[in-house]
Amino acid sequence: MDTKFSGSAHYVASQDLMETVNIAVALQKPLLIKGEPGTGKTMLAQAVAEALGKKLIIWNVKSTTKAQDGLYVYDVVQRLYDSQFGGQGVDDIKKYIKLGKLGEAFSAEEQVVLLIDEIDKADLEFPNDLLWELDRMEFYIPETKETVNAKQRPIVIITSNAEKELPDAFLRRCVFHYIEFPDQAQMEAILRVHFEDLDEQLLRQALAAFYWLRELRGIEKKPSTSELVDWIRALAAGGVDPSRIEDTIPYAGVLLKKDKDLHTLRKVK
Amino acid sequence: MFAAFFYLLRQRGLDVSLNEWMTLLEGMEKGLHHSTLTGFYHLCRAVVVKSETEFDRFDQVFLEFFKDVPYTGELPEELMNWLNHPSDDLRRTVEELRGAGFPEEDLETLLRRLEQKLKEQTEEHNGGRYWVGTQGFTPWGNSGWHPNGLRIGGESMHRTAMAVAGERKFRDFRKDNTLDTRQFQMAFRTLRQLSAQEQSAEKELDVDATIHDTCENAGRLEIRYKNPRKNTVKVLMLMDSGGSMDYYSGLCSQLFQAATRSNHFKELHTYYFHNCIYGDLYNGPRLWQDGKTATEWLLQNFDASYKVIIVGDAAMNPYELREKQFDWRTQRYGASGLEWLELLKKHFPYLIWMNPEPTPTQPGFWGQTHYQLSQMFPMFQLTAEGLETGMKRLMARR
Repeated sequence: MDTKFSGSAHYVASQDLMETVNIAVALQKPLLIKGEPGTGKTMLAQAVAEALGKKLIIWNVKSTTKAQDGLYVYDVVQRLYDSQFGGQGVDDIKKYIKLGKLGEAFSAEEQVVLLIDEIDKADLEFPNDLLWELDRMEFYIPETKETVNAKQRPIVIITSNAEKELPDAFLRRCVFHYIEFPDQAQMEAILRVHFEDLDEQLLRQALAAFYWLRELRGIEKKPSTSELVDWIRALAAGGVDPSRIEDTIPYAGVLLKKDKDLHTLRKVK
Repeated sequence: MFAAFFYLLRQRGLDVSLNEWMTLLEGMEKGLHHSTLTGFYHLCRAVVVKSETEFDRFDQVFLEFFKDVPYTGELPEELMNWLNHPSDDLRRTVEELRGAGFPEEDLETLLRRLEQKLKEQTEEHNGGRYWVGTQGFTPWGNSGWHPNGLRIGGESMHRTAMAVAGERKFRDFRKDNTLDTRQFQMAFRTLRQLSAQEQSAEKELDVDATIHDTCENAGRLEIRYKNPRKNTVKVLMLMDSGGSMDYYSGLCSQLFQAATRSNHFKELHTYYFHNCIYGDLYNGPRLWQDGKTATEWLLQNFDASYKVIIVGDAAMNPYELREKQFDWRTQRYGASGLEWLELLKKHFPYLIWMNPEPTPTQPGFWGQTHYQLSQMFPMFQLTAEGLETGMKRLMARR
């Protein structure tokens, strides 16, 4: 399989981004991706996995996620039940150790792509708790006195929305990339991946309106790529006359999610 | 070459560690920069810079360092050599580091000495800091660039690194000039000290440990308790109001809003003063109209564990700071502002001064007090970045 990442059939990556992905892969460092919501941070991991022909393991981080969850869970309750009701193999603690996503990625026979999604959602300590594991690609299970080693160092991609600052020690171990909001030419390429045959005029008009809207003063939550894709879908489905798009901005509710923003728009138009 | 660029980055405020630098060199050894300057730019940025807010700073340093590289076309031979054979230069750099005569010391101290040496030499010999090579630390002669190098395939087709860096499109992300409440709030979040050790009678049930221990105990209930984790940070804000601070009232109110909205503090108290702190503090921004509180009372009731943020421009007539103040109530001369401030400083080990104005490098008449106070207190500029640095300072005892 190709070892270089150069975008995929469903994902348009900028030159910078492709460079950075390849750098991270070659240096075997986790790749930290930041960027505005809707710029395709999560999609990137899928595209990388697809392009390199590797399996993708996604670890979705939530505010309650602990570092331990990613390594393994020891199901001590099940073991108690089994022992009380005379189940077989209670002595074998290994049976009750369930590997988390990180453990899964480490123990995979082939190299995998591991996506740690929205790492900033978790507790402040979370990234620090993973330092050793991500550095050495191994962890120890005291219950079974076993060490789980990565057979093949997984390609780790981490996304963050910058809700919390990540600790310095963690950052130092990462390769960093900030996904910029795509410019008009790039956006056109992205849209062409999403829509096979799109009316030229509709595309042009929608793009113009979209970038005008993003520049509009007083818009609090700027619409992003995913909203634009939805909007164009709505426009195409609704059979809106392309020449009217820029003047009237139909279905503005798809683009703008805040009442206040819609109000701002109505005042201007 | 490497060392020079490294130090320029550090000098310009990018917190580059040796580890990251080693990673960069490793990347170059692997040829990840494709022997082009653009490739080097991307590699270096990906490895060294960890936040989009620093991109602009990086771009600037990059421009500064490579400013003599032609924008398009041919790259100088020396640069080409360096890009093609990074390991030679790396070996030289490390050898130079070792050869400097401190082989046993850890590299960090070593590099710090090198930094000092570089600085001294730059000042003494050539006055410029772009090419430290004139001192023999790098393979770069002081002859500058010869535009007779090889042509790199593709380089002119793509945007060159210089053009990319030159655009400075990350300017808006810089932390030291954009300000909004959210950024302030983010900074205030640094100010937390989650402690499970807090003295509290209320313990909470540790569900996980209870389940674990009970099961390990063959089902006999083992209850485990733990201390609740709470933020123990207590904040005292003293804000300058009126006079020269009116220019900054918008900024200060943003700061105030951010502080009050950051509801994770255990306690937050705000008092106001005009120009300098004396025997009384005011309870509201309209000063005496809002009632006052004696500074003495403040010192008695808030102990040293409070983290104190003084907000003010520290600009006043020097006599306001240094002269004894006549107290109309007691009809006597009381302590001067300086004495009061010294008292505060002694009482609160965690104290910073946030100033909306940058600290003057030379004390002019109106900058005099500002300068003096900046020597006395850890003073930071009231920007998102300054506040963040300040918060970090507040977390650690001096």
